[in-house]
Amino acid sequence: MSRSLDVAGWLFVAVMAAAAVLVPYAVLGTPETSAAHMPVYLVQLLGKYLCYAILALALDLVWGYCGILSLGHGAFFALGGYAMGMYLMRQIGARGVYANPVLPDFMVFLNWKALPVAWWGFNWFPYALLMIVLIPGLLALAFGWFAFRSRVTGVYLSIITQAMTFALYKEFFRNDFGFGGNNGLTDFKDILGFSLQSDAVKAGLFSISAVALILCYVVARAIVGSKYGKSLIAVRDSESRMRFLGYRVEYIKLFAFVVSAIMAGIGGALYVPQVGIINPSEFAPGTSIEIAIWVAVGGRGTLVGAAIGAIVINFAKTYFTGALPEYWLFALGAVFIGVTLFFPTGIMGVLSRIKFRRTPPQVATGAAT
Amino acid sequence: MLRFARNDGIIVLAALLLLVFSFAPARADALDDALVKFLDDKFSSTEQAVAGIAAAAPPQGADIVTALGDGRLFVDDANKRVIYESASGEAFDAKTGAKIEEPAGLRKVRLNNGVRRSLEAAMGALRVGSPDPLRRIQAAHDLFNNPNPKALAAVDAQLGKETDAGARTALEQARAAIVAATPDAAKPDVLRSIQALSERGDKSAENAIQSLAAGRNDPEIAKAADAADARIERSLMLWGLAQNGWYGLSAASVLLLAAIGLAITFGVMGVINMAHGEMVMLGAYSTYAVQAVLPASFANWSIALALPLAFLVSAAAGVIIERFVVRYLYTRPLDTLLATWGVSLVLQQTVRTLFGASNRQVYSPPFLSGAFHLGGLEITYNRLWIIVLAGVVFAALLIVLRATSFGLQMRAVTQNRRMASAMGISTQRVDMLAFALGSGVAGIAGVALSQIDNVSPNLGQGYIIDSFMVVVFGGVGNLWGAALGAMTLGLANKILEPTIGAVQGQILLLVFIILFIQKRPRGLFAQKGRAVEA
Repeated sequence: MSRSLDVAGWLFVAVMAAAAVLVPYAVLGTPETSAAHMPVYLVQLLGKYLCYAILALALDLVWGYCGILSLGHGAFFALGGYAMGMYLMRQIGARGVYANPVLPDFMVFLNWKALPVAWWGFNWFPYALLMIVLIPGLLALAFGWFAFRSRVTGVYLSIITQAMTFALYKEFFRNDFGFGGNNGLTDFKDILGFSLQSDAVKAGLFSISAVALILCYVVARAIVGSKYGKSLIAVRDSESRMRFLGYRVEYIKLFAFVVSAIMAGIGGALYVPQVGIINPSEFAPGTSIEIAIWVAVGGRGTLVGAAIGAIVINFAKTYFTGALPEYWLFALGAVFIGVTLFFPTGIMGVLSRIKFRRTPPQVATGAAT
Repeated sequence: MLRFARNDGIIVLAALLLLVFSFAPARADALDDALVKFLDDKFSSTEQAVAGIAAAAPPQGADIVTALGDGRLFVDDANKRVIYESASGEAFDAKTGAKIEEPAGLRKVRLNNGVRRSLEAAMGALRVGSPDPLRRIQAAHDLFNNPNPKALAAVDAQLGKETDAGARTALEQARAAIVAATPDAAKPDVLRSIQALSERGDKSAENAIQSLAAGRNDPEIAKAADAADARIERSLMLWGLAQNGWYGLSAASVLLLAAIGLAITFGVMGVINMAHGEMVMLGAYSTYAVQAVLPASFANWSIALALPLAFLVSAAAGVIIERFVVRYLYTRPLDTLLATWGVSLVLQQTVRTLFGASNRQVYSPPFLSGAFHLGGLEITYNRLWIIVLAGVVFAALLIVLRATSFGLQMRAVTQNRRMASAMGISTQRVDMLAFALGSGVAGIAGVALSQIDNVSPNLGQGYIIDSFMVVVFGGVGNLWGAALGAMTLGLANKILEPTIGAVQGQILLLVFIILFIQKRPRGLFAQKGRAVEA
């Protein structure tokens, strides 16, 4: 394992591990007057970025290493989020506006008498955890099996994944679908009995997100460093050659796609308790395209870069939408154009060029043997 | 019946009086009796007088009632007669309709809202007797929509001498509607009404038949009503189907306009232009800009001016995108997707900054507004013209591709870029012009959409995914693929819509397309040849 972790990887894991420990301390263990003190809103914001980083990592696994530009990864993220949201909704119990012990408020509002089958079991945390993994995973399995088997590749695949998330977007918007319509799921009270409003829980969720990010990174790193990872890269670089060599390309792609979807789902599940809401806008096609630019900015095919890109772009977004809201789309658009035209290797590519300026040209990390 | 209850009791009373009057033997006497009531100078008497005139229906009746409404009806107390003035100020004797010298000491007949209501009812009845058949038909339609039992006598009188077939049908239907609004109508009347309504065969006829059959425990009536209902239901269903087909055709033409430019750029260059929707949006804003600049007297020509302008604006934008972005990314189609998405964000925000985020109002010239009826079909002019426009654009593109040397070069590059290049075709130039053409056509689509959709910075976003679906479904490099794709998706959408709902229909179609490319990964009309897999 350690052999497959390079310098950037070690650094990344170390920083995340430090953050997982130090941030809760900065929030809870320091007095408010101290310079080291961290306000709670900042923790929530950083926690949100970490969830996005998990999502970006997931997309980088399929895009950077397998050439599958999924424009529907937001759907897997949102599905994981909805699964968590459903658990949190059931935890509200009789504390809702209508004080119905079983039905969430929006169902009472719609005059529903019984809990839909899809909601059964979600009051039980392990079941919700299973669903967080299972639902995005199964969707990716079914979708990927159809798409890869019939050799839908390149921009066709991108468009079809976009259509997938667009269809889900429309479906989740409907009140009759039973997941809160356009308001989504919100007004959560507590998780596993701990109040979501307490600082300790917020700091804890941040730490869990950081640990999840580390785990996802280690798993992704292990995958791309393995023999299977080499075949994944080979598929990216020349799919038909791999097929002629006798590899079952569709299964190679499918495995990466499903793992990636599950990671995205986990990111979504951690995201929901931290931002307190999940609604269909997470399925919007534009949201999913943005994920691709996080990865591109950080540097595709680097894993660490994807996570960094997600954090950098979302930090910029938070800043711009607060300070200069009318310029955010200009800036984002310029980033899309500029990165693809001038910095296709992203932040990681620029960094490695600086680092190895005096050494002979390096082989790309992904293609190293 | 409900309509009845809402009006005040006096009108009901007037109606009953009217029924009595209508059996009066001599017309002149009936008119006399009515006119005398004007002398009372009481609102209730005036209302009765109006109802009386409507029942007597003298030739000058409409003039008298109009004059009363306009405050040109006077009472000559000295001679006990009623005098009305024409709009030009000449005086007439209400009883004979003859022109007279205007005497002195006239007293104007006063109006209140009760009288005004009775005026409207009387006008309906009097217009039924108009000498112009078209006005009779119009009056009958008004009566059908606003059945007024007081008008029954007038309708019957007119039916007795009606010679115009169209007017007879309309009056028969109006009569049926009046009977339907009369709770105690006789059985032969009811049966006759059901017959007339079933011939009309629309939703309001069906409602009238239901109110006719309701509360009458007569098996014959019930049977006739059921038969008529079934007949109407069947014809309604057929017309509904035709209407949905029309909507589908209309949706398909919009889709075709939006997608065909995408099919060209995708076909020639194999790259997806995510900013294609914004080219449509630019076209729509060009229409708005033309109208803002053009003096109001030329507003009707704005669309004719906007079409070429929108083409040029969007084509220019397309050239800029191609020259500065897409050109550098030909070997990286996925990056093109992201870069053009960036372009689309910038364009949206630019337009939002320049024109504001709210919807812009685009003027529709008279020939693009309104609708006409074709049997049970309602056809709006703007949709009709969009279908025509889509057809013209499609034909023009076919000609460009088939009959010009640029079209030949474009097809060559689409089929095998490297071979075309080896044969001396400047692929760079073809790429640029193809991008300009595809974007320009999107601009034209924008002009069309400005007539039926909100002109806002997000206009293009609403069509882009559907356009992708058309291209994916139809296949690239063949205009017929785009046409068939748009047709199929447009029609399927509108046929599914009434049965399972708009959103469900769209979702079903998306799922269908995802499954469809299992069978044909490159669409209906796939490119063939060795260049395809490259």
